[in-house]
Amino acid sequence: MIRPIATTREATGIPTGRLAVWWVIASEIVIFGGLLGSYLMHRLGHPEWAYQSVHTNTAAGAFNTFVLLTSSLFAVLAHDAAEHKDGKKAAKYLMITCLGGLTFLCVKGAEWTHEIREGFTLTSNTFWSFYYTAAGLHGIHVIAGMIIMLFVAADAAKGKELQRVENIGIYWHFVDLVWIFLFPLLYIAK
Amino acid sequence: MSETTSTSKTYPLGLSEHGFQYVKIWGLLLGLLVVSVVGPMIGIRWLTLVTAFGIAFVKAFIVATRFMHINLERKFVTYMVAGMLAFMLVMVAGISPDVLKHEGHHWVNKAANDAVDRGEKEGAAHAGEHEGAAEKPEAPAAEHH
Amino acid sequence: MSSNSESLGHLPIDAMSTAAGEATKTDTHGHSHDAHGGHGEHHEEQNFFLKYFWSTDHKIIGMQYLFTGMLMALVGGFTVYVFRMQIAFPGISVPGWGRVTPANYDGLITTHGSVMIFWVAMPVLIAALGNYLIPLMIGCDDMVFPRLNRLSYQIFAISILVLGASFLVKGGAFGGAWTSYPPLSAKAEYNLTPQGAPLWLLAVALEFVAFLLGGINFVTTVMNSRAPGMKMFDVPMVVWMIVIASILFMASVGPLVAGAVMLLFDQTVGTHFFDPNKGGDPILWQHLFWFFGHPEVYVVLLPATGIVAEIITVFSRKKLFAYKTVLYTAVGTGVLSFFVWAHHQFIAGIDPRMANIFSLTTLLISIPVAEMMFVFIATLYGGSIRLTVPMLWALAFIGEFLIGGVTGIFLGASGADIYFHDTYFVIAHFHYTFFPIAFISVFAAVTYWFPKMFGKMMNETFGKLHFWGTIIPFNFIFIPLFLLGVRGDHRRIFDYSRFPDLMKPGMPELRVLATLSLVTLLAFQAIFLLNFFYSLFKGKKADRNPWLANTLEWQTPSPPPHGNFPEGLPTVYRGPYEYSHPDRAQDYWPQNEKAAS
Repeated sequence: MIRPIATTREATGIPTGRLAVWWVIASEIVIFGGLLGSYLMHRLGHPEWAYQSVHTNTAAGAFNTFVLLTSSLFAVLAHDAAEHKDGKKAAKYLMITCLGGLTFLCVKGAEWTHEIREGFTLTSNTFWSFYYTAAGLHGIHVIAGMIIMLFVAADAAKGKELQRVENIGIYWHFVDLVWIFLFPLLYIAK
Repeated sequence: MSETTSTSKTYPLGLSEHGFQYVKIWGLLLGLLVVSVVGPMIGIRWLTLVTAFGIAFVKAFIVATRFMHINLERKFVTYMVAGMLAFMLVMVAGISPDVLKHEGHHWVNKAANDAVDRGEKEGAAHAGEHEGAAEKPEAPAAEHH
Repeated sequence: MSSNSESLGHLPIDAMSTAAGEATKTDTHGHSHDAHGGHGEHHEEQNFFLKYFWSTDHKIIGMQYLFTGMLMALVGGFTVYVFRMQIAFPGISVPGWGRVTPANYDGLITTHGSVMIFWVAMPVLIAALGNYLIPLMIGCDDMVFPRLNRLSYQIFAISILVLGASFLVKGGAFGGAWTSYPPLSAKAEYNLTPQGAPLWLLAVALEFVAFLLGGINFVTTVMNSRAPGMKMFDVPMVVWMIVIASILFMASVGPLVAGAVMLLFDQTVGTHFFDPNKGGDPILWQHLFWFFGHPEVYVVLLPATGIVAEIITVFSRKKLFAYKTVLYTAVGTGVLSFFVWAHHQFIAGIDPRMANIFSLTTLLISIPVAEMMFVFIATLYGGSIRLTVPMLWALAFIGEFLIGGVTGIFLGASGADIYFHDTYFVIAHFHYTFFPIAFISVFAAVTYWFPKMFGKMMNETFGKLHFWGTIIPFNFIFIPLFLLGVRGDHRRIFDYSRFPDLMKPGMPELRVLATLSLVTLLAFQAIFLLNFFYSLFKGKKADRNPWLANTLEWQTPSPPPHGNFPEGLPTVYRGPYEYSHPDRAQDYWPQNEKAAS
């Protein structure tokens, strides 16, 4: 496909790719906003959920927060490397970011396995329904981010499309941000 | 972050000047994370809320500005994101009187109140069995006003 | 949204720098303007499939959406024909369907509602027109994400396949209404469509994904890729409206996506998000649905008014009255549309104090919409009006939509709504707004842009016949429904003959009148299809600017080749509505024409 001239224009002063990422984030804010808003209203209206939320694993949640914050650091370091036109380094940092995402998912998997064994499943109570739905939706975003990141890293390693390093980084920070709110909502407020 | 950086100074781990800044911000974020985990252990309710959600907002602000560089972007990006968040506030404000509240002007949500009572009873019964959760029963009361 | 406009205001400087930088940039990409424009000729031979089904050209994708939307309109039209026959003549064997069972009836109504809104109004008004018009009207060669655009249509096509599959599974198509309220929609023992329900939900979700991708593409394209010189207030109104609509859609659909996931879990894995007996809350779904559902009305209304604005200015040879006012009004309407949703729930048991607030905001939102209608009438005033077929449709839009808007006041006031809400008054009001939006304005758009899309003129006589054959029966369908509604005719009834209160003298006759008018209206659509396909193959050849219009899409050959502007991408010197300028001999002034001095 020949790249249209439309893609080279930049009337707002923001490159098209980055502008689109911001719009993606805007549309994601309302998806997570709708879900977390629904959860919050139920949570405040149902004090008995405290008996359920006691069983979430704060240590695992905190560790995952740490993992995502660290992966975000590497995403932004990758951006810095891309700014310096160092595609190899950017790709390396992106791979470390991906590794962070993988660690996050593994911890999540272990945590869920334990909870399901304890009998806290998607259907056992509406608190757990929200718990799995919210974290699951977030997890899907982590997986999507990792897949895109692998493609971006492959290009960056060859020195191509370096502006995409920043774009995927912005998306990844957003996924991190969602978790920053999920963590107190699901793990700390007990 | 388009301004060119002076590379006269050297930073640990082969980082650039910006890179070093990022690591410092990461350190700050981890510090905040520790506070938000330790906060609830003190057991004062308002302090828990401040450390849990207040710090979440602080962390979010730091990530948005220092990592996503939203403040260096054209202003409308901030307005756009803020606009979406404002719509969510409108949504919660409009729905809460019917969903969060279980009673209002000439109506009572009996099903929801029953669900609360049922859950409280079951929870209390379970808390009696599990010795681990024994210290928790005061938590539900805390959720009321 | 106002922020959006602010950044576009930076344009003059940015655009000039872009204009200067563009030539060099295209050179580095290995294809200059000329090479690109001419590449229609030496384009590699593509087979039919690649050209029409795997294209990334925005014009082809726009047409894919248009034809798919037309096809789905036939589905929506057929379903309404079947259930209207059952309403007018209970128990009759409907020609083309047979006897209607109560379960059929629910499925038909649900299909009619969801198909007409999600698979006709949305794809035609936003996706088809947005895709076709945006790059042409802002003077660039394609969307900024052509492959994303193709993906958007493909996901949309899959959503139709999923919806189609739901007609074939056990229990048939979903029978829980297009609003899909739980517990009816959540429990198979209530809606009796155990497989149709999740498939319907999945189809709607896929359709949302398609439009989110499309919307992001539209918004970024318009923000970043306008022709050099095209400032914020030089953008044609229909493009503005599609952009505002896309943003509204993006901002309102999120909570419903979340709600759809929750409902899907309720249907399939047995969670209890919306089950009051297990600590859930069915009212929550209604709120999430209408938080999307009301802005959605404006998502389709705004592009429709944009179309009308384009057509009215061209055929009254006058500048659009109060361009900036229309624009700010549209933004204001969009923001206000997030504060009115619960007027759909006045009888759902929401808190009466909230009902007061939502009554007030609902009455408020009629002000900007009325203002837009006044602006159109002011544009017509003193113009040299040409009653072509597109103009007739545009004028009909104003007249018919006004009836819809005025009757909305009755329903926005919570006191009156409590009586009217479950009657046919609501149906009539809704269709007086949505029929002008989804059909009248679309017919206006298709007849107006047909010469550009296909390079052929449509037949005026058949066009006028179709116009009157649609408008007259339309009023004979829905005025009887208003009258029935005022008399308390309950909606959601399968067989009226079992309700003596609803069979009082005059009521069955009005139902029969509405149904016969509907059949007439549907029959007249054959004339449109005939005219459409006849003109497509045998019509008079259209030159590049048959209506003598100013906007950029008319300044290129009809139909435009791949790359849109074979003479090089245009530069813009003035606004889109400079008609009958006193200093000029001609009564129009193309946006890309250099001033003589």
